Amino acid sequence: MLLIVEQPFTRVWLQHRFGIKTKREVLVVIEMESVAYSYGEELLSELDISISQGSFYFLTGPSGSGKTTFLKMCYGSLIPTSGKLSVFGKDSSSLLRDEIAHFRRKIGVVHQDCQFLDHLNVADNIALPIRVSARNSLSDSVNLKELLNWVGLSHRSKALPPELSGGERQRAALARAIIMSPDVILADEPTGNIDWEMSQRLIRLLIELNHMGKTIVIATHDLNLIRFTKASVQARVLRISNKTVQLAGSDL
Amino acid sequence: MTSMKNIFLPDRYVNQVVPTNGFTTFLTFFTSAAMAFLIVFSLAISFAADRLAQSWSDSLANSATLRVSAPLADLESQTEDALNVLSNTKGIASFRLLKAEEQQALLEPWFGPKVPISNLPMPRLITIEEDENGYDRVGLRLRLAAEVPSAVLDDHTRWREPLVKAAYRIWFLGWLSVGLVFFIVIAMMTLVTRAALSSNRKVIEVLRLVGATDQYIAAAFVRKFAFRSFFGSMLGALVASMTLFLLPSEADQTVILAGLRLEGFEWSWLIFVPLSFFVFTFLTARIASLSILRSVT
Repeated sequence: MLLIVEQPFTRVWLQHRFGIKTKREVLVVIEMESVAYSYGEELLSELDISISQGSFYFLTGPSGSGKTTFLKMCYGSLIPTSGKLSVFGKDSSSLLRDEIAHFRRKIGVVHQDCQFLDHLNVADNIALPIRVSARNSLSDSVNLKELLNWVGLSHRSKALPPELSGGERQRAALARAIIMSPDVILADEPTGNIDWEMSQRLIRLLIELNHMGKTIVIATHDLNLIRFTKASVQARVLRISNKTVQLAGSDL
Repeated sequence: MTSMKNIFLPDRYVNQVVPTNGFTTFLTFFTSAAMAFLIVFSLAISFAADRLAQSWSDSLANSATLRVSAPLADLESQTEDALNVLSNTKGIASFRLLKAEEQQALLEPWFGPKVPISNLPMPRLITIEEDENGYDRVGLRLRLAAEVPSAVLDDHTRWREPLVKAAYRIWFLGWLSVGLVFFIVIAMMTLVTRAALSSNRKVIEVLRLVGATDQYIAAAFVRKFAFRSFFGSMLGALVASMTLFLLPSEADQTVILAGLRLEGFEWSWLIFVPLSFFVFTFLTARIASLSILRSVT
């Protein structure tokens, strides 16, 4: 079993802004024991990994190797066909539908294709997780204006998603992913459709979140992005190869 | 509970998370209007049939006709005997021998005016009105058989029963139509819900991604359908009531559909129909959407 434990780097002003508590104790947020997933034909098998709170991971591998499937299992969209996957200490296969919905609020997800409700403006899309969690106001969560400002979308808050550029969509998706102040952020090829400058801008935001104690898992092909990130944060690289996950060497 | 709250409280986000689709909006609204129109008309037919059955039953139930058809030589004496028997019978409020002109009037629709009925072997007719206690029909028939063998007592049962049965059949068919229309509403709402969820698959995926429960997603759809159905059925019920109002009154018996109207408490159905649509649509759409959402991972 691969066990990586890290202490998060904290930044007091950001914690204050986003209401994040410092976690001194090491918590395992995602744990896989002999996990396998099959779409008829086995795609992933013998996954043994433990991801602790505050860690930063990259997930690499060729197209079709199972990166998206790995992330989908982590946020409960797919249930392993065998093995045990625990998220926040709970076996994902034993979760009821409502429980899955509730724990998705603790996991922010950023997709390559940035799924939005195209008929709602950017601000409403970003606030969506709060609305569906039956909270009546934004007061008990992060301030929406500050969040828009943080991701550099204050001037685009009334725009509809189809009117945004690729980079703006990714930043809006990131804002939506973190508005509930989740413990874990999963990003599936978040820089796949944007240029290098935008990719750097997005990754800086993710690094900043990691510094606030968030666990980050990014699925990507982009080795430059990995190198760029590793210059700023202690990031680990997991490589999916031969249906299983291995910790990549320090050459990356 | 959250779902019920989302239905009735003005949370604009619940209303907005599902985009308004012109086709399903039109379908739900106007089908509900058409169905409510049909229901109000079916109810009006049922109520009118009920009133008619009641009226026929009441008007014919308390009266009878005694027909004396003896040979001409004995006709007067037997008529006298029959009148004597009636005057000694308890439970009869009044009786009256029809005059020759009245009998002629009865035959006029078939033979035309100025029929020389004095030349015809016409029976004598006596109308009988019973009092609130009624008379002993069997006893009277036995006495008449003994004392006036040519007299036949007709208590209108053979006329009344088929008419009342026919009216009650119309009443039943009216209510059956109401039931069938509600069944159609349920079937329609199931299909509309299915279509709406299917065409909004992306919306459902996004809502799930951000942590929405099935109840929340269902409420977002159900709320729209329930209110569209409610307002559509209100329109249908209103148009139906205006149409009923414009129909000729019962007094004008020469016109078809005369007397087809709502009376008294029956007008309260105009409120009950849209409310029923709301409840039926709410329950149907909720059950259908939760069932579909559970089947989609």
